[in-house]
Amino acid sequence: MKCSTCQAKAAVEIRRHNAAFCGPCFLTHLERQVQRTIESEKMLLAGERVLVAVSGGKDSLCLWEILRRLGYETTGLHLDLGIGGYSPEGRKKTEAYAEAHDLPLQVTEVKEETGFAIPELAERTRRPPCSGCGLSKRYLMNRAALEGGFPVLATGHNLDDVAAILFGNVLHWQVEQLSRMTPVRPATHPRLVKTVKPLIRVTEREAVAYCLLRGADYHEDECPNAVGATSLFYKDIINQVEAVSPGSKQAFYQEFVKKIQPHLAARETVTLRECDVCGQATTGEVCAYCRMMERARQVTVRRGRVTRTVLEVPPA
Amino acid sequence: MRVLIRRPRREVELPGRRRVREILKELQINPETVIVVRGETLLTSDDVVGEEERIEVIPAISGGAR
Repeated sequence: MKCSTCQAKAAVEIRRHNAAFCGPCFLTHLERQVQRTIESEKMLLAGERVLVAVSGGKDSLCLWEILRRLGYETTGLHLDLGIGGYSPEGRKKTEAYAEAHDLPLQVTEVKEETGFAIPELAERTRRPPCSGCGLSKRYLMNRAALEGGFPVLATGHNLDDVAAILFGNVLHWQVEQLSRMTPVRPATHPRLVKTVKPLIRVTEREAVAYCLLRGADYHEDECPNAVGATSLFYKDIINQVEAVSPGSKQAFYQEFVKKIQPHLAARETVTLRECDVCGQATTGEVCAYCRMMERARQVTVRRGRVTRTVLEVPPA
Repeated sequence: MRVLIRRPRREVELPGRRRVREILKELQINPETVIVVRGETLLTSDDVVGEEERIEVIPAISGGAR
């Protein structure tokens, strides 16, 4: 197979584009594609400081490396989730990358910030680990961006991620979630930071190829909590379709964003206010994160069993 | 040839020379979900792997809270 650009031996085949690229041409192709995504979606403005969420995995390191090469002023944010046997390696890879490229990096230890590492939070709240983890990450990333004065937060969500999320939301007709599924989430409240997903046109496979060709040493292990996750099942189904009909995955997401999401967004009438506890943006009196943390604090763990503590309520 | 599959980690031995697409088909691995390498060289689906060679199948898909 030959490179579609220079006719050298190809290293990466991209069937949905009916193209293949040699190593150097693939790197150029991917970086240009991300640059075009950033420009067409108006994700980042010239001179804007960007906080990049970096787990140490392939997607976030691919994103950080591309933004660095494109000349954006980036700071990494790593959340140490406290997942034994998994989190230390991701942190190590992130710190090594930041050091090698002399890039600023903030590390937040979730246990230190909240009192509970992710496994303990899951046990106490009886939520699936990925649910509490996702909520904690979104909250802590937004807060870190606000406190650091960053106007925008970039995450490494790729095409496989957004297609799987879309698939799940469509299966259950989660109209509210569907209405918010855009490559850019604007800051609709003073306590919300704009979030962007520059890798929405990059597949996970391409992110791996990019890291390998750039020599970006990423954390390869899967999070132990993700084993059997529904998102993996959805990705598997979508990739089975993609193998038979290349381009379906990208069309599924992109055409949704172009043709369906604007109609749903027009119906969305959400009024945001500040959380009574923490001051971050929420629709109710207390935000979902503070409610979850309150629930976690109300239990006592005894001999591996979780017991809910009945709080004493003073008489009215 | 020897094929190292990284997740779950196992090594498989296959006879003869084969193209990457045939190897993945035999192992029932969706080519959209992996990158195949020989040493540090990335292989495409039409590359031929010799009987004495060793390749690695690197998983691309990850899940959980994103």
